[in-house]
Order: sequence, then structure tokens, then C-alpha cells
Amino acid sequence: MAKSKETGIDKQTALWMYQTMTTTRMFEAECRRQADQGKLRGMHSSIGQEAVPTGICAHLKDGDQILGTHRSHHHCIAKGVNLNEMMAELLGKSTGTNKGKGGTMHIADINKGMLGANGVVGSNIPVAVGAALTSKLKGSQNVSVVFFGDGAVGQGVLYESMNLASIWKLPVIFVCENNRYAEATPFEYSMAGQSVAKRAPGFDMPGINVDGQSVVEMYNASKVAIQKARNGEGPTLIEAMTYRYQGHFGADPPLTYRTEEEEALYKSKDCIDRMKSYLIDMGFSDEEEISGMDEKANIAVAESVKFADESPFPNLEELHTEVYVKYE
Amino acid sequence: MTQSQENSRQITYVQAVNEAIEYEMANDPDVFIMGEDIAGGAGRADLGKQDAWGGVFRLTKGLIGKFGEDRVRDTPISEAGFIGAGVGAAATGMRPIVDLMFVGFFGVCGDQIVNNAAKMHYMFGGKVKIPITIITSTGAGTASAAQHSETLYSVFTHFPGLKCVSPSDPYTAKGLMTAAIRDDDPVIVFNHKLLMGRTVKPEMGKGIGFGSIVPENSYEIPIGKALVPVEGNDITLIGISYTTLVCKEAAVELQKKGYSVEVIDLLSLSPMDNETIIKSVMKTRNVVIVDEDYPRCSIASDISALVAEEAFDYLDSPPIRITAPHTLVPYSLPLEMEYLPSKEKVIEAAISILE
Ligand SMILES: Cc1ncc(C[n+]2csc(CCOP(=O)(O)OP(=O)(O)O)c2C)c(N)n1
Ligand SMILES: [Mg+2]
Repeated sequence: MAKSKETGIDKQTALWMYQTMTTTRMFEAECRRQADQGKLRGMHSSIGQEAVPTGICAHLKDGDQILGTHRSHHHCIAKGVNLNEMMAELLGKSTGTNKGKGGTMHIADINKGMLGANGVVGSNIPVAVGAALTSKLKGSQNVSVVFFGDGAVGQGVLYESMNLASIWKLPVIFVCENNRYAEATPFEYSMAGQSVAKRAPGFDMPGINVDGQSVVEMYNASKVAIQKARNGEGPTLIEAMTYRYQGHFGADPPLTYRTEEEEALYKSKDCIDRMKSYLIDMGFSDEEEISGMDEKANIAVAESVKFADESPFPNLEELHTEVYVKYE
Repeated sequence: MTQSQENSRQITYVQAVNEAIEYEMANDPDVFIMGEDIAGGAGRADLGKQDAWGGVFRLTKGLIGKFGEDRVRDTPISEAGFIGAGVGAAATGMRPIVDLMFVGFFGVCGDQIVNNAAKMHYMFGGKVKIPITIITSTGAGTASAAQHSETLYSVFTHFPGLKCVSPSDPYTAKGLMTAAIRDDDPVIVFNHKLLMGRTVKPEMGKGIGFGSIVPENSYEIPIGKALVPVEGNDITLIGISYTTLVCKEAAVELQKKGYSVEVIDLLSLSPMDNETIIKSVMKTRNVVIVDEDYPRCSIASDISALVAEEAFDYLDSPPIRITAPHTLVPYSLPLEMEYLPSKEKVIEAAISILE
């Protein structure tokens, strides 16, 4: 198998990463169209941030759990959650990942190792510590990865979680997707010291700052962190510098708080464009094959819409089921 | 403004709250406000992009331009931190307004609200006052699923030491917001998302605020008092916030069928206007309470108990509670619509009593 000397990434993994990112982007674009038609109710787009979960999930197995946020479609796709079931969930259908009960902010598929997206900023972080604790107690070698935004760095629970994970040497990777904004608030304003990575040493864990618009760098940085975690050497914090291309949510016009120049700068470092060049430069692929991957993504996304459209809404009784396992 | 304009001025709920805050800030230098993106684009004054949002619901739009960033403070996402800081500022001479964006996030900062804001005045022998106003948003109907759509009034009314109000239209929103800021106790103001113009079903937004005339001058609606927007003799419908609108719509239909309906707009949840409720029920002898909150240990249950204890002999029928079911708020549209108390459910309940 061809393997790049510089990056240590094999061809198959490289192609998987490209496919995952292009599928994610097309899925998100389709979600936007579904929202414009009034079928999909509200979402936070991950366009621009595809490389972060893709580079990390390339190292993960189904048994490893990830946890996401309000902006989590890219996490789900990278972890292998079924696109049809995702789209069905987003359209509120009974065939959705969560039977239509959770929607865009709560997609979960524990069999695929997606322990759920969470709408309360920071709330998912200690849950990842708990999943890592299970792994340690059961001796399963599974790791857990929690994604959170630069905004979550304001929540105290992050630091309680980092401390717990560190003193107990738990296999957790804390991944801050620093896309520079929490809603309209730039992290330069809200984050003392301008860095979350720099906070990690205080908890006796490595904190690394990575170009989150490079899937290759994400892959390499997380490889080390995940190996350490699996070997029982404890947690790592990764601060992935990235950018969301669209507004905070559907109707948010981002130019009310950022500039066109800034948007252009980050778009010029687009993760998918760069991966395309990488595939060609490494001789892993060519234009034609890449177009084929784009087309494959296109078809998969179109199929997901068809599947969702043809699926029924949940029965009204579903409103009352699954609040408890048993309640009588 | 002419007299007739003054008597017919209609503004949105959001504008009404904004006016109340602006007036209080202009007239009391101790009033200030903190929250996430309540201005938006914090620290971007150099780019002229400092008032990007004005809060998720735009309740605070324009305030930073008028009062500056000292008194209109964008915060990091640190509810426990800034709401706790609000309590400390209140204890030491300020009158903070803090924004808890969605009521479900009280889970992050509940300690500051229930262990400090609610308790300090009493625990410290009445020697410290906590004149903080917490504004928050409630309600389903916006496809926001289980964590962003709750009502949770009863969580807060459960605690002695907290006052709770829930406006139902622009007029009551302005008057209660003003009263809350001026009150020397901690007051939580629950603003329903549908009343603030958020809706995924346009028909649900129709009629919101209709007929609500909002005076330009400042005024208070006293905390602890309900209003009776519709008077009648056969049945009392009690609404809270958005469900008052549901009750008024149901009343129109019931009147067409020949019933004389009274609607109480509860407005204050703690203290609650027991007197207005009891007086009305003694007159109509029938009551339907419409509350969007979870049914267990709710305001609806509280009112039902009150009526049973204090007006039992006057009742022609047991009180009926129309609430959300004992389940969580679903995302899927048909389920979410089924979840909400609706005009149809109220009419059905009323007719079951009256026929
Ligand atoms: C505890 C809590 N406070 C506030 C919010 C409202 N809110 C939703 S997303 C968001 C910004 C999050 O920013 P960040 O963590 O950087 O993630 P991003 O949106 O950039 O992906 C806020 C304030 C929330 N969901 N939870
Ligand atoms: Mg962010």
C-alpha cells in the first residue's frame, strides 16, 4: 500500500478522509436546501469544519465513543452514522437515528460510537469522561473523544472534567473546535490568554494547537493522542483552529460581526481544497477519481433525502414512549 | 405623539421589553445588563460591529450604543459565573439584569439562583438585598427539542425567595419588566419564544400581541397581580404567558357557542394572585387551567389545589388542568404540536364541563 513518507498516511485512509469531508459538505448544503423549503427545522451548519472530526475519527473504531454539540452533523458523518437515518432524523421522521425525537442538535447512534450531540454548551464534556471511565473499568481499550466549541471554554465543567480525566488517567481526547466565534462573540474577547491549549499543562496533560483546516495535521496530531489514551497514558487536549463558513444558525448573517476579508482568508485555506491537492501531489488520486468521489457523495445525499421523504412521521403515541425504560 | 396615537400604539413584545430596559437604564445608573451576545460582537468596536445581535431574541438591541460596554456586557458562555456575579453585584449596590438565554440552561447555574439569589436575604437576617432580574426564554413550538424548549416555571416558584413573572403580550411584558427591575427581590421574568416572534408554524405567531396597546411612558404592572382580560360567568380559563393567548382564542370560540367565559391572565407565578382566582371561580363555578409546563408539581397543580381548598363548595365540576404531558419536548413537528396545550384541547375541556 502506498504511504506518504512525509505524513505517514496510507492511500486508503487518505481517500476515506476526502470522501468523508466531501460527503459532509454536500450533506450540509442539502440540509440548507431542506431548511429553505421548510422541511428541516433549524440547524447549525458545520461547513468549513469538516477536517476536524474526519482527521480524528480516521483512528477510531465503532467501540470508541464520540460526543458532539449543537453543531454536530460533521462529527456524526465522520463516525459513520448512516446518512439516510440522519436525514430522516432532521426531517422529524420515525426512521431517524433518534426516531424523530431529537433532531439536529441531538443525533445519536451508540452502536456507531456516536454518544450523542448535546445542545447545552459544555454539557457533553463530563459525559465523555464517564465513557472513558467505563473503558478503564471494563478494560476495553476504547477511547472517548469529546468535541466542543471555543464557546464551551467559558464553562467551568470543562475544567472539572479535565481534572478528573487527568488524575484518573482516563482515555479521553478533549477536542476544542476553535472556529473563532461563539454565536457573534469572538474568542479573542471571551478567552483569557487567547488559547485553550495553553490551559492543559495546568492539568498535567498535553495541550496542542493544530491547524484544524488541515485534515492531514488533524490526523497526525490525534494519532499520537489516541495512542497514548489507548495505552493508559491519560488524556490530551487538542485545540483545532478552524472556521465556520456560514452563520451561527440558519438565519444568522455573519457579516454583522465579522468581515469579508476574514471570511476570504479562511476560505482560501479550505480543508477540502487542500486535501484534493494533497491527494494529487501524493499520487494517491487524480481529478477524475476525485470527481467520482464527489459524485458518490452527491448520490448518497440525494438518496438520504429520498429515504427521509418516503419515511413516515412518528405515531403520536411516540410522544409518550421512551421517557423511561420502565415507569409504572 | 398625539393622544389618539398614544391610545393605539402597537409594538412587538421584543420592543416592549427593550423599552422597559432602556428606560430603567436611563433613569437608574445602577441598572446594568449582562449575558451572551446581548450586544454581540463584543470587543469589535473598532470594526463598528459591536451590536451584531442584541440578544438571541433582540431584546437588548441598541442598548450598547446608548449605554456603552460597561453597562451592556457581553459575557463568555459562563452562566454560573456571570449570574453568580450578578448576585454579588446586586448584594453590593447594583441592580443587574442577567440573561439566561433558555430556561433549560438553569441546570448550569442553578446553584447561583437557588442557593445564593434566593437565600441570601433570609440567611443573612434581612441585612442584604438581592435586586437582580433574571430574564429567560421558555416554551416549545420552535423545533428546538428537549433541552431548548422547556417551561420550568415550577422549578423556580418552588423556592421561597424568588419572585416569578410571565408576561403574555407586549403590554404586560413592558409593565412587568419595569416592575421586575425596580423590585428589591430577585425576580425571574419568563418570556415565551412564540410571543417573541419565534415560530416554525406561521399560524402560531398570528394574533400575538394583537390589541395590546403599549403606552410610550413608563409604567409598572404590579408583581403578584393577575389581570382579567375577558369577563364572563360560566367558566374561568386561566392562562400563563403564551397559554393566555390560547385561552383568549378558545374564549372567542366558546362565546360563539353561547357560553360566557372569563379569562385570567395569571402574569405572576410567585407571589400568585390567589384572590383573583378564587373570586372568579366562586362566580363561574368551573375552571380550566392551561399551563405549558410539565404537569407534575406544576403551577396548574398548585392552582387546582388552591381552588379545591378554598372554593370547593362553589365548584360545579372538578378543576381541569390542560398541561404538557409528563414527557419531554420532541423535535418532530407532529409530536411537538401534540405536545403543546392548544385551543382545541381547551375548548374540548370546557365543553365537557359545560354541556
Ligand atoms: C449553556 C448554554 N448557554 C448558551 C447556549 C446558547 N448557545 C448555543 S450555541 C452557542 C455558541 C457556542 O459557541 P461555540 O462553543 O464556539 O460553538 P460553535 O457554535 O462555534 O460551534 C451558544 C451561546 C447553549 N446552547 N448552552
Ligand atoms: Mg465557536
